Amino acid sequence: MARMASRRRKLTFTVIAWIIALLIFFPILWTILTSFKTEGDAVAVPPHFLFFHWTTENYTEVWSRSSYLLHFWNSVVISIGSTIIGLIIAIPAAWAMAFSPTKRTKDVLMWMLSTKMMPAVGVLVPIYLIFKNTGLLDTRTGLVIIMTLINLPIIVWMLFTYFKEIPNDILEAARMDGATLGKEILYILTPMAVPGIASTLLLNIILAWNEAFWTLNLTASNAGPLTAFIASFSAPEGLFYAKLSAASTMAIAPILVMGWFSQKQLVRGLTFGAVK
Amino acid sequence: MGSIVLKNVSKVFGGHQVIPGIDLSIDEGEFVVFVGPSGCGKSTLLRLIAGLEDVSGGEILIDGRNATELPPARRGLAMVFQSYALYPHMTVRNNIGFPLKMAGESKETIDKKVGEAARVLNLTNYLDRRPGQLSGGQRQRVAIGRAIVRQPSAFLFDEPLSNLDAALRGTMRIEISELHQQLKTTMVYVTHDQVEAMTMADKIVVLNIGRIEQVGSPLDLYRSPQNLFVAGFIGSPRMNLITGEEAAKRQAATIGVRPEHVVLSKSKGEWSGTVGVSEHLGSDTLLHVDAGKLGQITVRADGEFQVRHGERVYMTPDPQRIHRFDAEGQAIR
Amino acid sequence: MATLHTRASARLMMSPAVILLLIWMIVPLVLTIYYSFLDYNLLTPGAHNFIGFTNYRFFLTDPTFLISIWNTLLLVLGVLLITIIGGIALALLIDQPMHGQGIVRILVIAPFFVMPTVSALVWKNMFMNPVNGLFAWLAHLFGLQPIDWLAQVPLLSIIIIVAWGWLPFATLIILTALQSLDEEQKEAAEMDGAGIVSQFIYITLPHLARAITVVILIETIFLLSIFAEILVTTNGGPGTATTNLTYLVYSQALLQFDVGGASAGGIVAVILANIVALFLLRVVGKNLEA
Repeated sequence: MARMASRRRKLTFTVIAWIIALLIFFPILWTILTSFKTEGDAVAVPPHFLFFHWTTENYTEVWSRSSYLLHFWNSVVISIGSTIIGLIIAIPAAWAMAFSPTKRTKDVLMWMLSTKMMPAVGVLVPIYLIFKNTGLLDTRTGLVIIMTLINLPIIVWMLFTYFKEIPNDILEAARMDGATLGKEILYILTPMAVPGIASTLLLNIILAWNEAFWTLNLTASNAGPLTAFIASFSAPEGLFYAKLSAASTMAIAPILVMGWFSQKQLVRGLTFGAVK
Repeated sequence: MGSIVLKNVSKVFGGHQVIPGIDLSIDEGEFVVFVGPSGCGKSTLLRLIAGLEDVSGGEILIDGRNATELPPARRGLAMVFQSYALYPHMTVRNNIGFPLKMAGESKETIDKKVGEAARVLNLTNYLDRRPGQLSGGQRQRVAIGRAIVRQPSAFLFDEPLSNLDAALRGTMRIEISELHQQLKTTMVYVTHDQVEAMTMADKIVVLNIGRIEQVGSPLDLYRSPQNLFVAGFIGSPRMNLITGEEAAKRQAATIGVRPEHVVLSKSKGEWSGTVGVSEHLGSDTLLHVDAGKLGQITVRADGEFQVRHGERVYMTPDPQRIHRFDAEGQAIR
Repeated sequence: MATLHTRASARLMMSPAVILLLIWMIVPLVLTIYYSFLDYNLLTPGAHNFIGFTNYRFFLTDPTFLISIWNTLLLVLGVLLITIIGGIALALLIDQPMHGQGIVRILVIAPFFVMPTVSALVWKNMFMNPVNGLFAWLAHLFGLQPIDWLAQVPLLSIIIIVAWGWLPFATLIILTALQSLDEEQKEAAEMDGAGIVSQFIYITLPHLARAITVVILIETIFLLSIFAEILVTTNGGPGTATTNLTYLVYSQALLQFDVGGASAGGIVAVILANIVALFLLRVVGKNLEA
């Protein structure tokens, strides 16, 4: 009897779920819609939902008339740069921990993760002063360094879990088949580890792109990524919501797309493996 | 080619001595089976021979050379893993050809040898598939192919049939034995299944907690077990072991007699008991008889023997087939 | 030896990561401690004298400090409450058979990937603005007075904004755990006579305990340092209504340029974060050992 009502049940849940999902997604949807309105329409009361004069003028204005391009480029450089450097440092480390574990390996891993739990304000002052005195303030280089350091534990952790999943006897088979360490890495390990490395890359780009403490405090007009650029509009300057929406949409679009592909990685990376 | 000698080989894992010190010699062309219960060290011993683990003491000689310090690739051995350990991102062709690629062989040689191995193992139609697209038995054969193609001095098998279903296991057992006849290469085979050991081996090494209990041909171990452990391990169904009065009567601490060496009768016999569970296999019937002071006795009877639960039966052990063991569990000759 | 030489090279491969993180952990922290004992303000030139615990005394006795602790507590607990209860509810909902489950999931997950500054500004301008905002329009629709969210209920507003961003995280984690629950356990419970509610309480919830624990731990770590949303919407105000500990230290460092004071504040923040972490691991982390 409980099983037979399933078609009606399915429909009910579909309706409820879609309503709630759309409500949750609404702010994003609204932003995207507003980005295609004129400024007048953007603040119109009652608000226009779908029937308004659609225009792309906001996008062209933001793109060509402001320093948006510079900040977009900064976001790109900082996220991808710190991710690649992070991977270069982390891959050997995760490797060593996954394939030559010792009694201390777990402790070292836990310690690495614990460095991520240190409150940023605890070191805000010295970092700011060091950056000021070494000319790293408001530079992409400085920010890449910081991003690498704060995300390194997560990169190491994620790579470690992916490497651990490579079955040990496949590596032993390679050894029996005559592969030296180098060949084992080249022909067996790397191809099997590529999906894991790609996933880690994806998640880290997302984390670096969205970081909003150091990017806000260590940058000004030169190296500020999109987080800082958008933040600079916090003081309202008259009618500009449509343009702000366009800038916001462009700022979040790449990450939204990447995010949709990386849900599993998110669970793995940010729960430190405690949930499977 | 293919002789392996172990001299006082021992292995310590984290302070725990898993293998105390083993001497063993394996001759060219022999099919040797390491058999024993879980944790007896048989897989460890195999991995020591392969070079996947380092010995804590002793020497391993392969074809007369001291191979103790050599890495696995240089020992001239090939291994078939329990999980097959196929490279998931490579085709069957590249899996089988991988060792040759590592040895730096030319593409023509590789293609030729891979083709031959595929023919021998009936894999020619699967050469371009990935392991993920193969059945268990096919993957097994690819693993064997990868081992064959190196033309090693000896093959090492680590419980290769455990992951297959019963019917497939039977078939593969025969295939591996045939392969041995064909190639005549030394094979060292690890299993916990004494049926596999008995049917495939030239020589069986029975291991228990890291020690060798007995080495011998299957029939040797069946007819003349040297101690209680081997007596109880080899032979299915298990040998009946009886202590107490019956054993003392024959000047022994324990006597053993196999279920197939006990004569059943409904009217008279040396021992008696009531029938408990009877297992009808068609060809035979196994009766589990409650013989009072003697304990549970398993008797094998002809399939036609009619008996009901609770009935009283009489058993007479064949006097020529009674094994006697002393208080230390050693066989009394 | 076949396997031995990998041990030395292993340590070599780990060293860059370990050394970098070691430096990152120790050097700035030591400097902060050092600065915290100095009379050092970037606006007043001259020698920086050692003044012992004076900075700490000033920081801890400032009434704003207690307010910031209180605000931090409210922020963390508020967001935790909304995200966990909401997360469980959403996870249960998404787990049901429905049409277009994949799209529903995508829509629900999206807010987590929006950068905090964008989400804060979107909420501030489009929803909470008492003149042009959507909430104001809705209020008028029902004949109510619109609320000036950020002026009248600033902390609640921030809680809403942050919770919106973290709800997907909690949902995703709990959903993952939910989907790992063996169907057969629920069927066994059904055969044992358990109704839907009983099944939830005795089978599902205990299974989720571990995931919920993880969500609490991870979120708390991040929620203690809420920053961007406050900076962009209220700047800690009105007054100190939305100043949490992070914002307080930030304002002393980069708005008042009081290096000594901000350093003391930073150390206080570190100590408190450690206490919270230890407390959480003890009370809530028991679930993880299972």
